[in-house]
Amino acid sequence: MSLRHALSTPDAEKASLSTRLLALGIVLALLVTVPIWVPNSYYVNICSQILIWAVFALGLNILVGYAGLVSLGQSGLFGIACYTAAYLVSIGTPHFEAGLAAIGLAIVTSAVFAVLSLRTTGISFLMITLALGEILWGIAYRWVSVTGGDNGISVNTRPTPFGISLASPSAFYYSTLIIFLVVVAAMYVFVESPFGISLRGTRDQARRMTTLGYNVWLIRFLAFMFSGLIAGVAGLQFFYYEKFVSPYVLSLSTSATVLLMVISGGVATLLGPIVGAALVIVMQYVVSAYIQQWNLVLGAIFVAIILFMPEGLVPGSLRLWRALRRRRGSAPAVVTVPVEPES
Amino acid sequence: MNLWVILAINSVALGGLLFLLSAGFSLIFGLMRIPNLAHGSFFMLGAYLGVTFLRIGTNFWLAAILSGLGIALLGGIIERLFLRRLQGQELAQVLVTLGLSFMFADISLMIWGGDPIPLSAPSALQGAMQVGSIVFPSYRLAIVLVAAVIAAVLWIMIDRTRLGAMIRAGVDDAQMARVVGIRVSRLSSLIFCLGAGLAGFGGVMGGPIFSAYPGLDGDMLPLALIVVILGGTGSLVGTLVGSFVVAFLYNYGQALFPELAYVILFLPMLVVLLIRPQGLFGRLPT
Repeated sequence: MSLRHALSTPDAEKASLSTRLLALGIVLALLVTVPIWVPNSYYVNICSQILIWAVFALGLNILVGYAGLVSLGQSGLFGIACYTAAYLVSIGTPHFEAGLAAIGLAIVTSAVFAVLSLRTTGISFLMITLALGEILWGIAYRWVSVTGGDNGISVNTRPTPFGISLASPSAFYYSTLIIFLVVVAAMYVFVESPFGISLRGTRDQARRMTTLGYNVWLIRFLAFMFSGLIAGVAGLQFFYYEKFVSPYVLSLSTSATVLLMVISGGVATLLGPIVGAALVIVMQYVVSAYIQQWNLVLGAIFVAIILFMPEGLVPGSLRLWRALRRRRGSAPAVVTVPVEPES
Repeated sequence: MNLWVILAINSVALGGLLFLLSAGFSLIFGLMRIPNLAHGSFFMLGAYLGVTFLRIGTNFWLAAILSGLGIALLGGIIERLFLRRLQGQELAQVLVTLGLSFMFADISLMIWGGDPIPLSAPSALQGAMQVGSIVFPSYRLAIVLVAAVIAAVLWIMIDRTRLGAMIRAGVDDAQMARVVGIRVSRLSSLIFCLGAGLAGFGGVMGGPIFSAYPGLDGDMLPLALIVVILGGTGSLVGTLVGSFVVAFLYNYGQALFPELAYVILFLPMLVVLLIRPQGLFGRLPT
């Protein structure tokens, strides 16, 4: 199961703290100034989308990467937040209450999903989550009186937290950026927290963890809930970004897209899902400018990544970069490296 | 009263189709331990291939058989080219079949367009038969008959032949089967072809009822999934029972509670999962 391997960075290879902080600072500055240096509000919207999907993918990575549980029902948690908010807003509920209800229902749904699917792991887990996601899709598609069926639900306002209107692309971008940074920080803390470490323990050595007295089921359950919470937050943002919801958000295609983001970027890394989200969204926009067959490209990337770079782009390119640097740095000393013949 | 009879006939016919679809899905799952997420695509591609063969002017049954063979070939190629490379990495295999299913969806949209294409049933079967006071649509009866024949052939193959014994051994314990000299990977190719072919054949058989349309794959895959979860993986009897249970739930659910048909369809699956996770006829993994 190569997809499940966490690639930990050897300490000696880690860049020094100051370099990291500098890089972090530059990235932050770039992110904060996006609406200034990005010329067109169209591109600002794409950046918002990337951040929303990155949050969604970071949430899924808890399950796929750190718990070793590959879920194909994540769109159910994302979509139920979309639909709850959409329905409540469309019948006149204030945004704040609608948002709370959306996230609350996403958490409740993930609890139900978790209870049903955590009886198993591996492929059975994948199948059950897939089936659960399909149920929600079917409900959204058929229960026309509430969900509007295929036509979906659209609303015409975005919330105004603290009196700030999110109607403009850049204002909305800042709201997604704040949530994104909070989620990234939460993930950063989570990964090295005792809970994160025990979760990885249940992934690698479930039986040993049980022997050591850990409640493996409970750890996985809590991880599922955490993942569902983040999916709900992402779903709520996605709904407000689109101001529209249709059964597509609950489809297998959505689950597969977010899973592709996690896998393509690199599972069980902090950066992987973010890079994956950026890659997939940018690809989606570039591809759809030329051809309509986005699913074809999505499928092809999926197959190619699994066949050729199963560890994902971030660990994969890190590996290549390290190999390259090591070779350059120590080339004269290593005999086995073919050196150009000197006459 | 009449509605109930019609629903029952439709359900039996749908059960037959679901059996064609799920038998392969279940065998592949049993032997290779992966849900083939491209199975719905095989069904849809079969239906579309059937459309093409019928347009050329072949006879319906020939079209069904040729499409079945074509999809079996496609299945063989997929098994060789992708799944074989990832042997032992079940998760990667599942994700490859998922990726392929997305590609097939768009490719068939490019070739056959976005409008549903109805397949016409063979002219001899287009009418209805009257038995007593009840009128049976002939084509649906034909589906049931064909499915019954295929079920019988599969059962004899699995239960009565040497090949079947090897398949059962592989399903029960692939490692042990390898040790005693059964080439499980060759069996996997065979079963994958067979399963794909059955699904493709079922696609053409279902054509006069469902038509061929984009999204047929996504509509069929969950049904196969429920059938197999209900019936238990790798069990032919389970698949047969599961197919009919799902078909009846689907038809009656849609007629009685159209808005919640999907919930009614999935509820028994959830109950089975909670009470008997291995499926009604499945055995616990040893």
